[in-house]
Amino acid sequence: MNPLNELTIHEAHKLLKEKKISSVELTEATLKHLHKVEDKVHACTTVADEQAMKDARAADKAIAAGNIKPLTGVPALIKDVVCTKGIRTTCSSKMLENFVPPYDACVIEKLKAAGYVILGKTNMDEFAMGSSTENSAFFVTHNPWNLDCVPGGSSGGSAAATAIDEAMYTLGSDTGGSIRQPAGFCGVVGLKPTYGRVSRYGLVAFASSLDQIGPITKDVTDCALVMNVISGHDKRDSTTVPIEVPDYTKSLKADIKGLRIGVPKEYFVEGMQPEVRSTLETAIKKLEELGAKVDWNISLPYTKYALAAYYILAPSEASANLARYDGVKYGYSYRDSTNMFESMEKTKQFGFGAEVKRRIMLGTYALSAGYYDAYYLKAQKVRTLIRRDFEKAFTQCDVLVTPTSPTTAFKIGEKTDDPVQMYLSDVCTLPINIAGVPAISIPAGFVNGLPVGMQIIGTFFGEEALLKTAFAYEQATAWNKKKPALA
Amino acid sequence: MKLTAEEVRHIALLARLGLSDEEVEKFRNQLSDIMVNFEALEQIDTTGLPPTSQSVNLVNVFRPDEPLPSLPVAEVLANAPSREENSFKVNAVLE
Repeated sequence: MNPLNELTIHEAHKLLKEKKISSVELTEATLKHLHKVEDKVHACTTVADEQAMKDARAADKAIAAGNIKPLTGVPALIKDVVCTKGIRTTCSSKMLENFVPPYDACVIEKLKAAGYVILGKTNMDEFAMGSSTENSAFFVTHNPWNLDCVPGGSSGGSAAATAIDEAMYTLGSDTGGSIRQPAGFCGVVGLKPTYGRVSRYGLVAFASSLDQIGPITKDVTDCALVMNVISGHDKRDSTTVPIEVPDYTKSLKADIKGLRIGVPKEYFVEGMQPEVRSTLETAIKKLEELGAKVDWNISLPYTKYALAAYYILAPSEASANLARYDGVKYGYSYRDSTNMFESMEKTKQFGFGAEVKRRIMLGTYALSAGYYDAYYLKAQKVRTLIRRDFEKAFTQCDVLVTPTSPTTAFKIGEKTDDPVQMYLSDVCTLPINIAGVPAISIPAGFVNGLPVGMQIIGTFFGEEALLKTAFAYEQATAWNKKKPALA
Repeated sequence: MKLTAEEVRHIALLARLGLSDEEVEKFRNQLSDIMVNFEALEQIDTTGLPPTSQSVNLVNVFRPDEPLPSLPVAEVLANAPSREENSFKVNAVLE
């Protein structure tokens, strides 16, 4: 048997159910491994050893009483942007370094009801703004496949932790690719649900019309299992849609005969790494072999404007959302002034890092008098066009397949001085948030020892088609079985 | 188009964001580089198009106004940088 920490959720569940292992054993083994590799990977902001063991004992009690659900007793790590009652939630920011939420996010309530075990919180780009996790105010997370490389971002801690088996699964959040791009860079499965599928209650807000929470897992089956638990309407998030949540595990059938797959040519962008292109072409041919009908000539003509629209829309929303960090109710507070405005300004100056400040500035500018129409309103209209592109494409195909990112993981430090180059890393993922549709990234091969992600995009509330396509591909290739060997 | 230092300071003031002189100079260059990319949007004819502010198409979401217990005051105030009795303590707003 593999070491316990390497198990998937469904493998662990089977052993727990058959009483071959206990949650305490599973949690102890996983924590032991986590502490062993953490000084190389630096994926976690907080490790909650005590709470984890408490949860594990409670799970074992439930299991002994015959009450076991798919996630019962299975340990997870949570991105440090999701509020966890009693466990500090930092957003990897100096601003929230000591913030202990007085309540749980909706997804945490649901995971608790499912009997999960929390191991701790994962590192991220500060306030989820970034593509490499280098914007964490605390430390840089390293890619387990090559410690000189970034894990991607902003959910880099979650993706790296999943890849190196520090947890059975993790949660991330995705505003422009922050689940999928790091999942791609780290060779794991990451799903951004349809906007409105998962409650954002208790998710620290970045760009409210784009943010979604989603799972990062070791395989597609686990992705479906976590989606079953975290999805659904929540009256505390009025953007969640009151429609029934299907049993996503029913989509896990390896038969994709006749499935219509579109390959949008605009996603094979100029400047993309040639080996990523060829890896994707091979992967798509594999899907064709499995019986899918592939149309290589789908067009989403407004794709090229998505980056510009995104960097107006997301920072605009962020500039409003982050205005709350004024040093009054919680968080870092500059205390050496008796002047209200000076306290506020200094609180933000010393509490926020460079990328957060850049985006507050961009957003404030785009929303300011005289520029609102030219920037913000214009970007919202372009958003309509981008959305219509997808609506039209989904009259011709069931799913779209693209690279997750134009390159594999880049070197730590390579792009930190050039925000525009960093933003291009999300060029294939952010149009999906603008449209609001769901997308998954799954491992599709390796280039020079680094994973390549394949992104599968579905129509609104079309997660089932994504999971089905991803599952069929995973069964036929098993890239997910490859493990990084930490140097 | 290159932002001036004054424009950068004006935006920072609107956001109540303090910036050092070095930050003003750095952001002046970086924000200008980013905003050059926004000019591409001018090429698109968006006449008559409705703006999209969110993607779920829900409008006027109502729910019954049911009283529920609030968070305990002590827990809410536990994170406050400064407090007095059951209140957040702030600097004087009016001098």
